Amino acid sequence: MRLQGRTIYAGIAEGEALVTGMGISFFGGVDPETGIVVERGHELEGQCISGKVLVFPSGKGSTVGSYTLYRLKHAGLAPAAIVNAECETITAVGCIIAEIPCVDQVPLDALLSGMKLRVDGEQGCIMAEDHR
Amino acid sequence: MLDGDYGRAAQKAMQILVALGKIYGAERMIPVSSVQIAGVSYDNLGEAGLQFLDEMAQGGGRARVLTTLNPAGMDTENWQVLGISPEFAERQQKVIDAFARMGVMTTCTCTPYLVGNLPHFGEHIAWAESSAVCYANAVLGARTNREGGPSALAAALTGVTPDYGFHQDKDRLPDATVQVDATVVENDDFGALGKAAGEALRKGGFSVPYIAGLEGASVENLKSLCASLATYGGIALFHMPGITPEAAGLAPPGKVITISQGDLDLVRQSMNDAQIGEVDFVSLGCPHLSIREIARIAELLEGKRVTKEFWITTARPTKQIADRLGYTEMIEAAGAKFAADTCCVVAPIKGRFQAMATDSAKACYYAYAKNGFRTFLLPFDQVVEAALR
Repeated sequence: MRLQGRTIYAGIAEGEALVTGMGISFFGGVDPETGIVVERGHELEGQCISGKVLVFPSGKGSTVGSYTLYRLKHAGLAPAAIVNAECETITAVGCIIAEIPCVDQVPLDALLSGMKLRVDGEQGCIMAEDHR
Repeated sequence: MLDGDYGRAAQKAMQILVALGKIYGAERMIPVSSVQIAGVSYDNLGEAGLQFLDEMAQGGGRARVLTTLNPAGMDTENWQVLGISPEFAERQQKVIDAFARMGVMTTCTCTPYLVGNLPHFGEHIAWAESSAVCYANAVLGARTNREGGPSALAAALTGVTPDYGFHQDKDRLPDATVQVDATVVENDDFGALGKAAGEALRKGGFSVPYIAGLEGASVENLKSLCASLATYGGIALFHMPGITPEAAGLAPPGKVITISQGDLDLVRQSMNDAQIGEVDFVSLGCPHLSIREIARIAELLEGKRVTKEFWITTARPTKQIADRLGYTEMIEAAGAKFAADTCCVVAPIKGRFQAMATDSAKACYYAYAKNGFRTFLLPFDQVVEAALR
């Protein structure tokens, strides 16, 4: 399956998908020391985003969240790539300064946690394995 | 710049601006003449933010236009007196040094328009600091979106910003009328109005209010209103007939939100969760004080002695005027402390006090949310009295 979207930050990465229908606040919502989602009541609470292809509709919260992605990257704990329905400033700036491939304007309903995804930030597309 | 011909920092900066332009549908970049950068306090930035700024400075980043800084986490000269740890001071100074290496003016204030970063009507600028953004758009009639720390830095290092949002005429038109049927005179009244209106506007999905019913407002009143509207409503622009420059010729929108005296009393109650006897911290200067306000504090404190920790927060250049005029000496003789370059919102004072008295609705929000203080909102003169009580 190939899904065409839009490049926010270039680069190619592969990983296991971690999918949520909820927005993510990187500042306060993700522990920068462990990469674990800590937002109370979040679908992904307790799960680690490190090395995953993190799929969520859009970012939210404080603009300081961009620096959280940068910090995760330097600690080797960043997601391999990010896929959004609609990217916003915090996630976009975070991906650029942390050099995390990012693609948006992709229909998220076809993506499920655990799928192997290849995010191609050069072409602005996503390749997913077809078998489930 | 995007190809790296101007160095790695300028390239990264342009990547940020191109991505934002794409997200918000901008068709082109436009030159800006002034930048205000937020994200200066080490308390908010942390080690990652410092690392990023260092990387940009090392990558040859250089401000191409007049660029000033938001408050830092401490008074850069007087931090020991304010109880800041040497470790924090060392990291904070590194942040400021990284900006200085990039040619940024390290003014460290949320009121850059009071100390020389003063854009004129219609000028395109790229400012962060939500209260200053609102002041620049509404009161000065300059044009800026609400930038974050990295996007403002990106504008400084490139001299451009994507052309969308408040840079364009169509997004500057009012979408709701706020009719004020209440007495609004002092800074704290304007702050309460900002909270009441801001929350109602956010709930209704409105972004540019036309505020009617006010007879006048000082620069100090307006900076208080701007800070509160931005904090509680995410408002970056308003119009006020007879006071702000773009209001003339605009018709009040048909959607009307009325703010009554009762509404103001209610929001005031929500910010007064302390008793006056519990107050152990007093702070004036959110946003940073003007020289007129410092003169008033000096007058009220002359020959008296404060009994509480009392911070006077302002821009370094404003304090230097106060030094020259003798106000600093009068204020310090009374036992109050100047905290230039910083404020009670961004300094690392979480949990240090029980309850804070202030005239700022914005300060009430962050005192509670960030620092765990209860708050007491009072008129300016009564805040000074609370410190003497």
